[in-house]
Amino acid sequence: MLKLGVPSKGRLQNDTFKWFQSRGITLKRTGSDREYTGSIDGVRGIELVLLSAGEIPQELAKGRIHLGVTGTDLIYEKLLLHETQIITVEKMGFGFADLVIAVPNVWIDVNTLHDLDAVAAQFRQTHGFRLRIATKYHNFVRKELREYGVADYQLVDSQGATEGTVANLTAEAIADITSSGATLDANHLKVLSDGVLLRSQASVFASKTANWINLDNTISELCAKMDWKELVL
Amino acid sequence: MQNERRAAVSSEAKRLEQAFIASGALLIEADSLLSAETLLDLYGEDIRARAYVTHDPVMGERMMRPDFTVPIVERHMSEGAEPARYTYNGPVWRMQDAGSKRATEFLQVGFEVFDRSNPADSDAEVFALFNDILPNTLQIATGDIGLLQSAVAGLKTSERRRTALMRHLWRPVRFQSLMKIFSDPKQGASRADFIDKAVKQNIDDMIKNSGKFIGLRTEVEINSRIVGLISDAKTSPISAEEASVIDAILALKTTAAKALKKLKGLQKVLPNMGHAVSVFELRLEALVKRNVDVEKLPFEGSYGLTSMEYYDGFVFSFSNHEMVVASGGRYDALTTVLGSGRAIPAVGGIIRPDALVDGVT
Repeated sequence: MLKLGVPSKGRLQNDTFKWFQSRGITLKRTGSDREYTGSIDGVRGIELVLLSAGEIPQELAKGRIHLGVTGTDLIYEKLLLHETQIITVEKMGFGFADLVIAVPNVWIDVNTLHDLDAVAAQFRQTHGFRLRIATKYHNFVRKELREYGVADYQLVDSQGATEGTVANLTAEAIADITSSGATLDANHLKVLSDGVLLRSQASVFASKTANWINLDNTISELCAKMDWKELVL
Repeated sequence: MQNERRAAVSSEAKRLEQAFIASGALLIEADSLLSAETLLDLYGEDIRARAYVTHDPVMGERMMRPDFTVPIVERHMSEGAEPARYTYNGPVWRMQDAGSKRATEFLQVGFEVFDRSNPADSDAEVFALFNDILPNTLQIATGDIGLLQSAVAGLKTSERRRTALMRHLWRPVRFQSLMKIFSDPKQGASRADFIDKAVKQNIDDMIKNSGKFIGLRTEVEINSRIVGLISDAKTSPISAEEASVIDAILALKTTAAKALKKLKGLQKVLPNMGHAVSVFELRLEALVKRNVDVEKLPFEGSYGLTSMEYYDGFVFSFSNHEMVVASGGRYDALTTVLGSGRAIPAVGGIIRPDALVDGVT
């Protein structure tokens, strides 16, 4: 069986189901609506696996699922070797989100990473500790800031409601995903002009490490439905 | 096989340790788990991509020792007699880049000198000792971070700009981009409107009108940075002549003896380099006395600037092609930071016995 991992709930799941439906493949949840089991109609030999979107990258990397739907942001954060572990099969055109660095609107002197770095130096000197950036994308943000050359900051972990951390005085700036920017606005934050670190969207990814042997019939049937030329792994 | 290699590596480590003891060093031990806070304060967030972090429910974050420098300096500053020579022999742990095949655990045997009397001679002592102990087939690299520091400190520009450059000395890409901004005759064009507004209007009103005030950074801090930006906009750009000295130092790649001649030329443009150049010259004399051929010794002006270390003077390494077998340098500033105000000139280096053993086989 070819295993397809999709998000286990929420809007990302609904949009994923609709996207496959438009190509003649019906993904369904089975059992009660709280039970995480599902089935597929429209193509043979595929098993649907419902997973947390955040776990799909690791499952792909380990080869426990062949295909998976998740956001580019999660792939970049969780798979440091994604070039060697997975390939992007198709961008799905929804779940758009930018991973951005945002600071308070009242920081009228700060518009760029250059400013942020200068303020980090000033902040450390004034307050005696390094400027805090709240995020859950530790690996990716640290790598980007190192490449730019921002110093005197620290990343503090925030797994949710990250936009509120500045007003709550647990961080000075944030690095988080935003789609419309409405939550940033509501929390009096602005995105730095060069602070968009990654443009993410929901995509179908294929595992390079999964066992693809004896799946040829399923793959060609799937490729025909999806209008994919072929799956080159 | 694995066990045989380990035995060979630890016997090589013992041999190096004995050689350092024979050169007057006291053998000391250090903890493997260090305060994460100390390391983070020194090296910044980047250390998280280099050192393994462990977590204790009560003590919080601890880091697996990425090198011995911090524990040795801390120990010396709290209980060391002067002058002191130390050696140590033990494992360090380094997180490597994703996909890298480099070792994450290896032995380091080090030699550190804390001595105020003659820093140039201490530099030469450490280098000559390593040069004698190590095989003569290795490739040598040397540099001197003090030269760039003194050049930056001598630039005719604002204190604010010199501080910004000095802060990014160890981040070459960012350093170059700041040099470009600070020497651009059309500097600040992108911010001209904002500066113009800030000059004409009341800055506090501008802050008030920008939205609801949130965060720990105060109006006073924002205001003072804007005042700084206004004065920065009036600062004349760093002259092309001075900027070319910085470029020339970074591009220097020759022998130590030839570098000295070149540096004396550059010193005419930036006289502030005088002290660092004379330190360089004294070191060469001390190296000659210790039988190092400075006519052949390689020197690179940018060497040592990409490491996350706290080196601020002489730096060196011995490599077997891509593999660094030994490295070291002077780190006077680190002793100030860790000595809470007290400082002592310090220089030292480490040898990786595993690299020596692997190089032989």
